[in-house]
Amino acid sequence: MRLIKQNIERKTGEGSAVLLPEEPEDLWHAYNLIRPNDLLRASAIRKVISESGSGSRSNERVHTTLTIRVTKLDFDPQAAQLHVSGRVAEENKHVKLGSFHTLDLELQRNFTLEKAEGWDSVALDTLKEAVNQDAKVQLWAVIMKEGLANICLVTDHQTILRQKIESNLPRKRAGSTEHEKQMQKFFQTTFDSLLRQLDLANPKPLLLASPAYTATHFQSFIKAQAASGTNKGLRELLPKITVAQSASGHLHSLNEVLSSPAVTAKLSDTKFARETQLVDHFFTLIRKADNRAWYGPRESEKAVEQGAVGKGGGVLLISNGLFRSQEIEVRKRWVKLVDEVKEQGGEVRVLSSMHESGRRLESLGGVAVICTWPIEDLDDGEVEEEDEVHENGEVDEAWHENGDGHGIEGRVEHVEDIDFA
Amino acid sequence: MGRLLLGVGAVSQRDIDKYQKQASEMGKASFALAWVMDTSAEERERGITFDFAQHHFSTPKSDFTILDAPGHRDFVPNMIGGASMADMAVLVVDTNQLDSGMKGQTREHILLAKAVGLKKVVVAVNKLDASTPPWSQQLFETVQTDIKKLLATSGFADEDIKFIPCSGLSGTNVINAPKPSSPAAWIPKSHFTLLQALERSIPAPTKPTTTAAQELLKQPLRMQIIDVFRGSITNPLSVAGRIASGTVQIGDIVTIQPSGEKAAIKALDVSDEPREYAVAGQICTLHLSDIEAQHLRSGDVVCSSQHPVRVVKSCTVLIEVLEALLPQPVDVHFGRLHVPGRISQLVETVDGEGEQMKRRPRVLKAGQRARVRVGFEEGVPMVVGERVVLRSAGVTVAYGRVE
Repeated sequence: MRLIKQNIERKTGEGSAVLLPEEPEDLWHAYNLIRPNDLLRASAIRKVISESGSGSRSNERVHTTLTIRVTKLDFDPQAAQLHVSGRVAEENKHVKLGSFHTLDLELQRNFTLEKAEGWDSVALDTLKEAVNQDAKVQLWAVIMKEGLANICLVTDHQTILRQKIESNLPRKRAGSTEHEKQMQKFFQTTFDSLLRQLDLANPKPLLLASPAYTATHFQSFIKAQAASGTNKGLRELLPKITVAQSASGHLHSLNEVLSSPAVTAKLSDTKFARETQLVDHFFTLIRKADNRAWYGPRESEKAVEQGAVGKGGGVLLISNGLFRSQEIEVRKRWVKLVDEVKEQGGEVRVLSSMHESGRRLESLGGVAVICTWPIEDLDDGEVEEEDEVHENGEVDEAWHENGDGHGIEGRVEHVEDIDFA
Repeated sequence: MGRLLLGVGAVSQRDIDKYQKQASEMGKASFALAWVMDTSAEERERGITFDFAQHHFSTPKSDFTILDAPGHRDFVPNMIGGASMADMAVLVVDTNQLDSGMKGQTREHILLAKAVGLKKVVVAVNKLDASTPPWSQQLFETVQTDIKKLLATSGFADEDIKFIPCSGLSGTNVINAPKPSSPAAWIPKSHFTLLQALERSIPAPTKPTTTAAQELLKQPLRMQIIDVFRGSITNPLSVAGRIASGTVQIGDIVTIQPSGEKAAIKALDVSDEPREYAVAGQICTLHLSDIEAQHLRSGDVVCSSQHPVRVVKSCTVLIEVLEALLPQPVDVHFGRLHVPGRISQLVETVDGEGEQMKRRPRVLKAGQRARVRVGFEEGVPMVVGERVVLRSAGVTVAYGRVE
């Protein structure tokens, strides 16, 4: 993302910034920056009905620049589109004040963002990261097992499932070649889908992971395809293919693969590898029943209150999903926590909810702390009903949000839930 | 297992000789007997089993089906699928390599056998002829003590376990007891042959005359599919599995969950022989018609159309914890069905009677018993009381039953 212009007051945080998204990842940053009640200005196409003197109506599509006060955001990571809905907030010769409009933010088109409550520390950090021009790692990963393949694009901030291939493989039987045949068919389908996704002119590293030998076989399959065909791009892809072992073919196993030493050695140190290591370290502490590790909103806040998350190893892990809450109060609560930890000299790591490590954090409530000294029994005390519902609501929402990888807000979906008790 | 099959005549000596020849050509001469079960080219080449294999044989006392499970770590999901179809476990232990076996999957397999509900265990203490001195009774008893301890900690009762000294390669004490003149003469004095032990280990619910078995027959049909394939030219779509409850006969209309599609039973086989009907406890092959292959997957459940199995996206499970657990993603295994899921909530820890000990614990420690909520991305067919195994990162972390 490029920062074209900004005039944000250092002290109050008020002001606006003009940004230019250049890559699909930038729309993810925009999704995290833009909040309900902010003012967003971008170009738009509006259907305008104009009545001419003779009374006949004509429909025109007019290009104009609209400023809206945001009410809702809809991020589609697969299509890399960000739709921002709101009501028109500035006089415009074509559109009435207060009418509804949805802006589709596009790449290579400027947009201006003015934040209602000012730019808080978290927003400024997000902005800094967004405009960071350092080369970012991107890689394609296929995590698979016999009959199942998940093709994903892994970037600095997101793990996007692009395609899932499921195929029924008959078991091996004596005297029948059905299993082999279906396996080849499965490889062919996976390979075709993969080619459609990859941009062979610009080959990025490709990671194949599976339990047992499936990934190795798939690599041989690709080699065979490259050798027989005339596709030069495919041959150039071959040296960039890494094969790794994973515990299963499901998406959550991708995490372990990405942070394994074999993979990080080849794909160099990346943000998601570091994030994964952090979360793993945290889980290890919890398992050892080390009282320095706590998770959950109340526990983390209590720990920070006691000054335990400060200089000398205090770390606050927080998922950026919490900052995307519809309610301003919720966002303020978490920004306050972040600021406090920073003041105490502790480290703050905002994890992307679109990486597996961020999702693991979300299933713990979205926030966790590693304290500088062990604290006993932070989870003692009354469990308030209200708090539980809030926590549950958060957890369920977070779980569902990540369940389909969509950032759809303002829509409450009913998760089917049958309790046999 | 190959020796067992040879002994009962399920496999001919000629076949064994053929495998022997092929194996020698590949430099794996001693694997000839293993090739009865490991039938795929790759299994033979690599010398390991990928997926469980089935083989039937009969004795005058009973019909048996052997499900030979893979031992390798990466294939545990397949082992769980096979084990969940079984009525008893046969643990084959290499006397001379007990330590390396213990470090390997032996422990995990014993746990998983318990997790899927197996109670009866026959331990074949194998390769005793290769011990020094051969057929050492002392060595056998040391092994027996070690394994007994291991089985006890996993929850197997002493009276359900039988130890059988034997040698698969030479055939001693597998079908026939050793002669009084051999160094293994001590065996028949206090131990059965492997075959006799199997016949005596059949658990009660599988004996057709008991009330438990009768009850099972009256319940609605439920069979988890372990394989979807092309049965023959006349049977383009067939499924195989073990009937957990109920009965099925030719002409029945059944429902497949989670797709909800209906199918008709055109024909059915039990132990590779065509039959008119099949009952709970039998492993059978159903030849279907009026349904498209895309609606069928391994792990789906064939059920009665009047009482189809529910499909749900989350459930509460009462588990025994094996490794420390937090709300986290897990691999969930219901028999052959292997789906990704998440432990969404640690509800409570409970004691032996199921009474609450601590509400909403932060973390579950190994050895505890607890209730957790597990969620899935897609609907899963599920029955109350069903057994479930939770794994993560290649390790079994918990097992239990759906509540």
